[in-house]
Amino acid sequence: MPKPSLLEQLNYIAKEADSQLESAASEADIESWRVAYLGRQGRLTMLLRNLSSLPIDDRRVVGLEANRVKKLLEEKLNGRQQALKEAGYSRSLLEGGIDITLPGRPMAIGRLHPTTRILREILEAFTSMGFSVLEGPEVEWEHYNFDALNIPSEHPARDMWDTLWVDWADPSSQERNMLMRTHTSPMQARVMENNEPPIRVVVPGKCYRYEASDATHEWHFYQVEGLAVDTGITFADLKGTLYQFAKRIFGQDRQIRFRCDYFPFVEPGVDMSIDCFSCNGKGCRICKESGWIEILGAGMVHPNVLQGVGYDPKKYTGFAFGMGPERIAMLKYGIDDIRHFYTNDLRFLNQV
Amino acid sequence: MKIPLQWLKEYVDVTMTPIELGQRLTMAGLETSDVSFIGREWDNIFVAHVDKVQAHPNADRLRLATVNLGQETITVVCGGPNLAQGQKVAFAKLGAKLKNPESEKAQTLKAIKIRGFLSEGMVCSERELGLGEDASGILILDENAPTGTPLSEYLGDTIIVTEVTPNRPDWLSLLGVAYEVAAINGAEVKIPRSSYNEESPTIKQTCTLLNEAPDLARRYTASLISGVTIGASPQWMKDRLTKVGLRPINNIVDITNYVMLEYGQPLHAFDFDTLDKRTILVRRAKNGESLTTIDGIHRKFTNDMLVIADGTKPVAVAGVMGGAATEVSQSTTNVLLESANFKPESIRRTSASLEIKTEASYRFERNLNSELASAALKRATALIQKLAGGTVSKGILDSHPGKSDKSTVILEINRIKKVLGVALSTNQIKKVLTSLGFNITLIDQNSISVRIPYWRSDISIEEDLIEELARTTGYERIPATFLATSIPQHQKQPERELREKAKDLLVSAGLQEIISYSITAERNLDLTKKVEQTKPLRLRNPMSPEQEFLRTSLRGSLLATLEMNQRYGQDRIGIFEVGRVYLRRKDDLPEERDMAVGALWGGRAPLSWVGEQGKVDFFDAKGVVESFMSGLELEVEYVAGEDPNFHPGRTAYVKINEVTTGVIGELRPDIQEELSIPGEPVALFELNLATILQHLPKETSRFESIPRFPGSYRDLSLLADFHVPAARLESLIKDHELVNDVTIFDVYVGSGVPEGKRSIALRIHFKSPHRTLTSKVISDAEGEIMNRLVKEVGVELRS
Repeated sequence: MPKPSLLEQLNYIAKEADSQLESAASEADIESWRVAYLGRQGRLTMLLRNLSSLPIDDRRVVGLEANRVKKLLEEKLNGRQQALKEAGYSRSLLEGGIDITLPGRPMAIGRLHPTTRILREILEAFTSMGFSVLEGPEVEWEHYNFDALNIPSEHPARDMWDTLWVDWADPSSQERNMLMRTHTSPMQARVMENNEPPIRVVVPGKCYRYEASDATHEWHFYQVEGLAVDTGITFADLKGTLYQFAKRIFGQDRQIRFRCDYFPFVEPGVDMSIDCFSCNGKGCRICKESGWIEILGAGMVHPNVLQGVGYDPKKYTGFAFGMGPERIAMLKYGIDDIRHFYTNDLRFLNQV
Repeated sequence: MKIPLQWLKEYVDVTMTPIELGQRLTMAGLETSDVSFIGREWDNIFVAHVDKVQAHPNADRLRLATVNLGQETITVVCGGPNLAQGQKVAFAKLGAKLKNPESEKAQTLKAIKIRGFLSEGMVCSERELGLGEDASGILILDENAPTGTPLSEYLGDTIIVTEVTPNRPDWLSLLGVAYEVAAINGAEVKIPRSSYNEESPTIKQTCTLLNEAPDLARRYTASLISGVTIGASPQWMKDRLTKVGLRPINNIVDITNYVMLEYGQPLHAFDFDTLDKRTILVRRAKNGESLTTIDGIHRKFTNDMLVIADGTKPVAVAGVMGGAATEVSQSTTNVLLESANFKPESIRRTSASLEIKTEASYRFERNLNSELASAALKRATALIQKLAGGTVSKGILDSHPGKSDKSTVILEINRIKKVLGVALSTNQIKKVLTSLGFNITLIDQNSISVRIPYWRSDISIEEDLIEELARTTGYERIPATFLATSIPQHQKQPERELREKAKDLLVSAGLQEIISYSITAERNLDLTKKVEQTKPLRLRNPMSPEQEFLRTSLRGSLLATLEMNQRYGQDRIGIFEVGRVYLRRKDDLPEERDMAVGALWGGRAPLSWVGEQGKVDFFDAKGVVESFMSGLELEVEYVAGEDPNFHPGRTAYVKINEVTTGVIGELRPDIQEELSIPGEPVALFELNLATILQHLPKETSRFESIPRFPGSYRDLSLLADFHVPAARLESLIKDHELVNDVTIFDVYVGSGVPEGKRSIALRIHFKSPHRTLTSKVISDAEGEIMNRLVKEVGVELRS
């Protein structure tokens, strides 16, 4: 039997070394620990030197145990060294820390004008339904702005569009009058004159009226006109097209409503309301307690307009609509005064 | 138009609430803009009989009125000079809310001692009840008013205010609205009584009618009533006219107005004895003829105006206003009543050139049906006989050259589905059209003959009838379908695409988009007068000098926007506008050219802890333009330029394929000062998108593969004459076949650099598609480049 004291000593050393290593807090502590236990003069080394004094059988037993302890301590040493290194690295990284609450380096931010943004949104809704985007002149002949749209001169319907006339005398004998277009509708006649059906276009652009400005009226504004002409186009198609549009711009749950209205270039003529997205039709300030908000005028293209451009109204039918993008932007973005749009106060433009 | 509900109910039963009625009319196309209630606040006010009037014991101007309310009798002080025993009046008991005639505010009536007499109540004036403006005396009610009835029951009403579209003159009449209500309600319209007794001789024996302008006077009818008694209209008629906003005059004039409101047909009454030669001549005016109209204004005519004349002179402006000399007055006994139809365009032109808009001209210019004239004439004649007495001559005068043969429209039933997308049964069609007053005859299975009622003038084609059907049955009954027809070929819009891309590129360069008015003040275009060749177009009827000229340049509005915003406290501004300018063309509409302009001013970066980044200058604007052009994949050359608005020596033309497409520069300091923009430079650019569009690469650029052989960088530090442009050095270096790219990374003038020279440091990227370049090859290339630079522009290598 080996001396119990030698194995006991071995165990004791292993336990002691373990706890000493735990409290080693620096590279230097670890080094002195290594010297104290595993060094040439270390306690484990010294103990192993005494092995030779044991009987051969005991020597094997104690020797195996001693090697196990040595290996264990060496592993622990490595682990401890690694942990200390990592802790030190982390500490050094933290020393290079910054105040992350300081603002970032400023980048120049540009924004599109709200009209450009809403126009893109509106046009996208229609191009996804197969409409092409076309544009026309803002300075227009009286003929396209009125006569071609079934609004002859001296017709009281002309009072619906107070007109800014351009100071221009026709050098030819045609007595043409030049004006600032009062709506985008003149493009209806221009498009049909230059194309054969089928037609499916939307026309964005600036329009002008002789009108005093207030919170909901501007003399200078945009419109988006729509026109679809082919064989077999019906009011139901107009309804479906505008329904899709309303949902896309104002949300999936929107309901639409048509009421009879008069525009000389459509028959039947209607205007379209959506149920109020603010109160869901219950009645609030935005919808003036009615639950509905008027957003556009529309109708089936008047046979006189079709005839005027040489289309056969018995063969072709079509629908047209027109809307004010500023009004839609005001509703959608909560803008309270249309005059903000074109006065370009950056305190307004920078917000939206 | 104002529609008193009590009056409307005379022609049609109204079963819904006024609010609901307003909504239904709105849906049908007659927009109701307001519904107001008369008498809603008339609590404690009753119809009372004046039993006795006595003098006030202590005041000359006041009297004591004893009024009977049925259950009780009260004596109060009254100041109204028109108070008389036996009258019916509106009496307010204590607690009633009345309008104070001076302050216009509602006040609760309290007992008050007036000159020693305790007055517990009050006899009211029109003004105190909020019925009208008259406060000179008390309101006297119709003698049949029921004593003791609450006034709100007797006189209260609901006024529906409608906005009538120009195609529906029939909605400017109570009967027209009644037909609409009938169609909504399924009710029937009660047509007012129009019968009267006629006596010989015939009107034709007494009066001559000549229509010399059958093109303008589509119809002229008249009746003659002799021996009338002129006086005030009955109270009910006065009340109705007042509620609609018309002032009662006398029974004859009131009847013409009343029937106009009933039927929508304007009428005019002449004092027959003032008509020379007992003749009515409808003719064009002679140049220089004139007439004093009933408003007392002397009017001069031109020969395109239609007048009604007697045997010698004009007596009325046809369809617009009558003459003062022939109007009905207190002494009139014989009345010639006119009910006519005039060409709308003629009325509109005359009313515009004489600057008179009347109830009559407003209706005539909306194209009344000429059949309406005789119907209204008969109704008014009957009312005159009833309310003013007299005898009616047999027959009427009637010239009807404009009688329309288009009183029926054929409706093909399958056309309804073609237009609306939903079919209607013959029964539905019949029911709707009949309720609106149309007369239906079936022709065959697919077609119906529809007779247009005489009060409608807006129906002439099938589509008009289809609208009647759609609006009456309700648009909610039409399904929503997708367009099922073929999608036309997409039409490319290069101008628009470039414009939208330009906006995106300028936004990504950090600029804010603005959109400004296209029509502007002359002063905003002064700036560019020296730049633009064409004179700006001007409006014929500008609203103000601020909105008078079509802009020929975007510079003015851009700088005005900048100035305004710095005044509002912005300390750095970067803005752009992509918009049209309007350039005069001979004999045609102006060219509407797309331009892009931008302005930068103030700090390069916002105030921040990162530190000052300096103020913007020429090179910031150039940087924007460079990134813009690179976004469009355009090769651009910048050459020194001149522009009257820009700082000399700090201005560059932007050239593509040697064509100038824009200009970059700093604003001239003197102009800047004039515009009150503070000291730091304003960097501007202006690009002509129309020209740029012509130079855009025709084909989509293709990506090149990443080079197989690595390239190498070498830095070169040169000393060059000050006047040698950096671009010249760059292009000389790039000329070498092994040079892939060159970047200027330092420019220096100052100590260590000789006078008249500057130091320029460049990094050259050498690359070959075929091999890896050895340092020997690169050094040789560097040598070749240096030799060329020395030879061509005399640079030195800086040690």
